[in-house]
Amino acid sequence: MKLELRGITKRFGSLVANDHIDLTVEPGEIHCLLGENGAGKSTLMNVLYGLYQADEGQILLGDEVQHFSGPGDAMAAGIGMVHQHFMLIPVFTVAENVMLGHEDTTFGGRLDLAGAREKVREISSRFGFDVDPDALIDDLPVGVQQRVEIIKALSRDAKVLVFDEPTAVLTPQETDELMAIMRQLKQTGTSIVFITHKLREVREVADRITVIRLGKVVGEASPTETNEELASLMVGRAVDLTVDKGPAHPGKAALVVDHLSVVDSRNQIVVNNVSFTVHEGEILAIAGVQGNGQTELVEAIMGLQHKVRGGIELNGHSIRGSVRKTLDAGVGFIPEDRTEDGLVGEFTISENLMLDRYHKPPFVRMGTLQLGYLDEFAREKITEFDIRAQGIGTHVARLSGGNQQKVVLARELSRDLSLFVAAQPTRGLDVGSVEFVHTRIIQTRDAGIPVIVVSTELDEVVALADRIAVMYRGTIVGIVPGDTPREVLGLMMAGEIPRSAESAA
Amino acid sequence: MSEQLPPPVQPEATEAPAKPVADPQHSSRTEQVLRDIVGGNAMISVLAVALALLVGAILIAFTDEDVQAASGYFFSRPGDTLQAIWNAASGAYSALFQGSIYNFRRPGFADGIRPLTETLTFATPLIAAGLGVAVSFRTGLFNIGGRGQMLVAAGAAGYVAFALPMPFPLHLIVAVIAGVAAGALWGGIAGLLKARTGAHEVIVTIMLNYIGLYLISYLLRTQGALQAPGSNNPKSPAMLPSAIFPELFGAKYNLHWGFIFAIAATAWVWYLINRSTLGFQFRAVGENPHAARVAGINVKNVYVYAMLISGGLIGLAGVSQVLGTVTTGFSEGIDAGIGFDAITVALLGRSKPVGVFFAGILFGALKAGGYSMQAAQGVPVDIVLVVQSLIVLFIAAPPLVRAIFRLPIPGTMRRARALNPKAMVTR
Repeated sequence: MKLELRGITKRFGSLVANDHIDLTVEPGEIHCLLGENGAGKSTLMNVLYGLYQADEGQILLGDEVQHFSGPGDAMAAGIGMVHQHFMLIPVFTVAENVMLGHEDTTFGGRLDLAGAREKVREISSRFGFDVDPDALIDDLPVGVQQRVEIIKALSRDAKVLVFDEPTAVLTPQETDELMAIMRQLKQTGTSIVFITHKLREVREVADRITVIRLGKVVGEASPTETNEELASLMVGRAVDLTVDKGPAHPGKAALVVDHLSVVDSRNQIVVNNVSFTVHEGEILAIAGVQGNGQTELVEAIMGLQHKVRGGIELNGHSIRGSVRKTLDAGVGFIPEDRTEDGLVGEFTISENLMLDRYHKPPFVRMGTLQLGYLDEFAREKITEFDIRAQGIGTHVARLSGGNQQKVVLARELSRDLSLFVAAQPTRGLDVGSVEFVHTRIIQTRDAGIPVIVVSTELDEVVALADRIAVMYRGTIVGIVPGDTPREVLGLMMAGEIPRSAESAA
Repeated sequence: MSEQLPPPVQPEATEAPAKPVADPQHSSRTEQVLRDIVGGNAMISVLAVALALLVGAILIAFTDEDVQAASGYFFSRPGDTLQAIWNAASGAYSALFQGSIYNFRRPGFADGIRPLTETLTFATPLIAAGLGVAVSFRTGLFNIGGRGQMLVAAGAAGYVAFALPMPFPLHLIVAVIAGVAAGALWGGIAGLLKARTGAHEVIVTIMLNYIGLYLISYLLRTQGALQAPGSNNPKSPAMLPSAIFPELFGAKYNLHWGFIFAIAATAWVWYLINRSTLGFQFRAVGENPHAARVAGINVKNVYVYAMLISGGLIGLAGVSQVLGTVTTGFSEGIDAGIGFDAITVALLGRSKPVGVFFAGILFGALKAGGYSMQAAQGVPVDIVLVVQSLIVLFIAAPPLVRAIFRLPIPGTMRRARALNPKAMVTR
């Protein structure tokens, strides 16, 4: 079915999230919506899906004007959505999830589970999905969960499917499989809107590309254009996609992690017998698909995990114990979720800059905050780290993601560090901030500080790493040199050790 | 070299200047409510009071006999009804004013100002207890245990005051310390249980209210404990003069030194919250316990300290009752509902020390004026309770007040929430 959006405008207060956006998706077309975070892609799709009402503009499906007052209307009209964060109930089976929201019943109000099972089987055989209708969602790998989402949408006869950043949680292999599924769907006449900011994927499957920047359509592009052209269209200026990085000069071993295991609150072993060493003046990147134990490994190093076995030594001293002890040993930390773990949103920039230094001079004397010193310090850091804000009294919740991350960076890099741990340091940042953060990380390395970078983005890993440790299901599959080819890393992220991989452990 | 842009994995919604709040999975509802309360602005408080007084006026008019009589012939002489409404409402509120601030019918300033000193007397325990609740709010805790903490504090301070004779200033000081310590202990139990076992402080403090109430009630019936010797009434003996707060302006007025303690407590809490490293940790934990933990703050200890201090301040309210206001001996009703009113006071004061101070005075004025309103105009004193409750209602529903006065939605934080599709769905 042909989908047409005409002049969609959506405002939130003074912020115009969508500014007269026109978009046409032909039947059987994969249409990519490309844009940076915050460009307005998700808002547009939420308008399409009936979650928001547009202030102006029309939605046309098959040349008929539609009025959606909620997702139910959109679904009934044939629009399906595969959300980035799956909307599945983990303790329900596949069939139960698929029927959720439009449960068919048999005599006496009994759920028609058999019918739902049949539907799952039918759709999954049509596309070769291989999904068991009676499996619990909780037990399924992420890639399969996503297929359940697709089945859910198709079971409601979706003619237009929206994929909202679908590859963020997938391994490279799973991503390839998703691309194949999208092509298959396209052949059956389904229109697909594919939201992403990953240029490689766009070029692989898109028939047409619409680029959105700051809520406006800034142009159409063809998939044959180069990455640099697409990227500059997306951010509105020429972008240098490489990171300037000289060779590393590793010194002595600084951090030694020895047979470390972590058990989570559900008594699952999430980090399994992991050992590695980080030297002064080198960047060890920990790569892997989200949820393979990287988060818990880093938390264990920081003293944030409770059930930890094994040794963590920094310069010969154990740093296991409390967070305070770890921080006082000179470990700088960028948490992967900065709004949740890195910053207090309703605190000012200054207060956030002293968040983990509340206990000793120069910020505190005799139990009293030294506000004069703090102001001076904050002003200095705002300039040094190019934090764009009205002033040091601005609440960090009012800052953009990039500036928030700069506040975290400024705080952590202003201490005397003997180890720097950056988890997903550029997640959700615009291109300019990414450059800044990467440069800072490399400067830290060049100052002779051992650095650990955890990232699920292969490009970031490849750009920064001197050595790469790949994690899969709680173990380190292998530690390889920084120039290991992507394909090899991709296989390792799926748990295989290709013969061509050389070890750098 | 790089084939795709490295950045984000997150949805753009949470990327927008987002508070962690935007994710309902990570922050509980109480945390959110607390942040709204603490984060609200003073304007809402003022407007809530104004609205509550307005609705109160309507209720007064409805219950007034003259208004009822005049409305019987409303369509022939509507002016009479309106006149009666005006008389009822203005009469009631002017009585409220004269009963709480300045009585113009009394000759001379010394007599005229007496209602204000009454207001401040009523306000003293409200301010102290309100500060205690505010400290807990700022740390992200709901201390509902004001009643228990006050009673235990009153019991401890009272016992010292009537049973352990000492010379004047020393006796008073020891009694105050005993009361504050008892309140702190009662609050600290809840903090300790939360830190060690994760027991929710709301449930624990409510239960401790009952334990405190029945403990004091038992002691008040036990000879040799709190009961007055040779008496059968569940009432303590009178406090010894050496342990009583001296009157501030002589015997003519009831206002006592407890008010000075309330002022000092306000200043101290201001320093604690805004200037001390402990308060910094309190606020960090209150706003975002996850980030506080990652920053090396011992969140569990902070819960214990906050509840100790909160209980201690509420204990000061209990002390001010037995050593200042009711010095002739107390019964189990000595808390006079102040432990719960304190929650309202803290809400109205936006959990800010100075705000709490003035909110306490306002509530003191409502208490002082309520009685004279009833005496002078026959308006039931319950109307004051209604006004108080309406204030809470309007404060708890800022969107309502904003809608009535067409105030703009504050800042980015709400916009961020509106941008989050997940929040939309769950609402």
